[in-house]
Amino acid sequence: MILTTRAAANNTTYHRDLAINAKKLCRNFGQLAAISNLDLTVEKQTIYGFLGPNGSGKTTAIRLLTGLLKPTSGQINVLGCHLPQEANKLRLQIGYMTQKFSLYDDLTVKENLQFISKIYGLTANEQKSRLSELLSTHQLSQQSQQLADSMSGGQKQRLALAAAVIHKPKLLFLDEPTSAVDPQNRREFWEQLFDLCDQGTTILVSTHYMDEAERCHKLAILENGVKRADDTPQALMNNMAAQVVEIAASDLRYIKDKLIQLPLVISAAQLGTHLRVLVNKAERDPVGLLQRQSCIRPTDQLAIVRPSLEDVFVSCTGQGGAR
Amino acid sequence: MKISLLRIQAIVTKELLQLSRDRMTFAMVIMIPLVQLLLFAFAINTNVRNIPVGVVDHSQTSLSRVLQQTVSATGIITFTHSYHSVKAAQKAIDSNEVRAVLIIPKDVSQRLVRHPSVGFGLPPSSKQETSRPIAQWLVDGSDTVIAGSIKSLRNMPLVELLDKPANRNTPTFEVTLLYNPEQRSVVNIVPGLVAVILTMTMIMFTSAAIVREQERGNMEMLITTPLAPIELMIGKIFPYIFIGAIQVSIILGLGYWLFDVPFNGGLTQLAIATLLFICASLVLGLVISTIAKNQLQSMQMTIFILLPSILLSGFMFPYEGMPQPAQYIAEALPATHFIRLIRGVVLRDVAVIEMNFDMLWLITFTCFGLLVAALRFKKTLD
Repeated sequence: MILTTRAAANNTTYHRDLAINAKKLCRNFGQLAAISNLDLTVEKQTIYGFLGPNGSGKTTAIRLLTGLLKPTSGQINVLGCHLPQEANKLRLQIGYMTQKFSLYDDLTVKENLQFISKIYGLTANEQKSRLSELLSTHQLSQQSQQLADSMSGGQKQRLALAAAVIHKPKLLFLDEPTSAVDPQNRREFWEQLFDLCDQGTTILVSTHYMDEAERCHKLAILENGVKRADDTPQALMNNMAAQVVEIAASDLRYIKDKLIQLPLVISAAQLGTHLRVLVNKAERDPVGLLQRQSCIRPTDQLAIVRPSLEDVFVSCTGQGGAR
Repeated sequence: MKISLLRIQAIVTKELLQLSRDRMTFAMVIMIPLVQLLLFAFAINTNVRNIPVGVVDHSQTSLSRVLQQTVSATGIITFTHSYHSVKAAQKAIDSNEVRAVLIIPKDVSQRLVRHPSVGFGLPPSSKQETSRPIAQWLVDGSDTVIAGSIKSLRNMPLVELLDKPANRNTPTFEVTLLYNPEQRSVVNIVPGLVAVILTMTMIMFTSAAIVREQERGNMEMLITTPLAPIELMIGKIFPYIFIGAIQVSIILGLGYWLFDVPFNGGLTQLAIATLLFICASLVLGLVISTIAKNQLQSMQMTIFILLPSILLSGFMFPYEGMPQPAQYIAEALPATHFIRLIRGVVLRDVAVIEMNFDMLWLITFTCFGLLVAALRFKKTLD
């Protein structure tokens, strides 16, 4: 089994080639199953997203795939290396940007990058050219003599990314990379990621932001260590197991409390002046169903709208996923 | 994975940069040996002098006053108070006003002439039977060092008192004091202080060094890199070897210039002994750092090692005087072996190789500790 997966990874070429191939992956911490039966295939040169709430096993999954944690059971093949046995071989080919800023606060930007480049065994000449290249692409040339501690969240995050790609890894893991930066910085950060992807890097990113998840080529929705859905964001929205009805009415809080009790209603959430209701696809006429409810007045406006990624997330997870 | 010198050098450079930015730690590297040397060298003195004592003079004669002056001329005690009664004197001892009281009885002059020590040779037997001590000391005996000093006054000669030639007694033994003929405590303390200060700083710095990486989250990044645990450990302890060397030179240098501590041994021998001990202490710090979860815990464990290193290593009390179980504990501490080595080298000019048991013990301790630290460190990854 091990041999066949490795052979498959080596034989197939071009972009269909898999960067990550994991089967029936499980990891328990004592009684708690942090990851259970995770099947995962990530194609090379794509950006793959892990979307899930806090504690859904995103970080554990990344640690398993980087070889930092040993799986309780299951098989992992990353870039042709069989984990956890070949974890050391894999180290040089992957980059990992941790959730928390993990470079040295009391070193300057340049010193941090010099340190990491030496750890990855870059020669003095390689180091010089790579460093100036990284400083300019990540807009850190101005700050190169500044202590990391004194930088803004966005600058720190750019430094962390620069450090993670210093050795030009084939596969880059990003654990909630943008949780501490503003939307403008997030946009620029993603531009960098697409550039990297374009240059041939495969990227696996975990997030709990919908807008960020929507940018990924492919997405896995995780909850309690279980993969609930797995597809392109567009396909996820199209194939969602629910329809979205938007209600414009006056007493939205009251309507919400009433509607949520219906068995076919998955969830209801207020968005400004509207109430967004997810109705199970088993119901052919969701608008009709809602209009028959006593809490809805004839004057209230109901309409079926296009689902968003958040709707997909809600319908896959929580109560929705369980039903 | 092969050990890479480049990666070790990267860690060393990073440590030095961080250390140079951390001014407090940098200052402590210099200040700890400097201040502690001055403190200990002046404060620790087993030859007690000028103990405050009181007097109860029932006789109130010129003789009793001369007696007081003779006793106070020894320098061991100073008369600070005078009391009317023994009761008042006892109260003064209770309240810690004085440590002892000299009680001079009414008949001090009669007692004195019958006393064998006043220089008339052996008195007739009739008088010998009736001879009694001249006066009495009432001592707070809880502190054995102070009690011992006053006990040493018990047989003090009183020849000056009566202006008579000394009653020459031939001693049973002739004693020749080697290496420290003037019996100054600093000579013994300064080399021992090297061991105490190195134990403190070396263990503290390294035990905090790795725990700090964990606390600040740097470790999460480091373990995803090709950096091997042994490379990290070597890189982490390397800068502190130099810091240890700086501290040793401060202590021994100041000891030599300020306190006249003789320096009889060769520098090479000193360097060998010190390097062995620094390595052993650093490795001990590494082992602690793999056990401790945060810097507070590592500090507590450092103190756990430091206290026995001060009290049991022979720095303050002679090893030979300790009960067997305490000696076993002392044998386990690197400081004990280093104190033997450095006192041997500095005071007696012994070659380290001649004290091969202590030397081998430090080497074994270092190797074993490094092994334990590297093995334990691997485990913490999962």
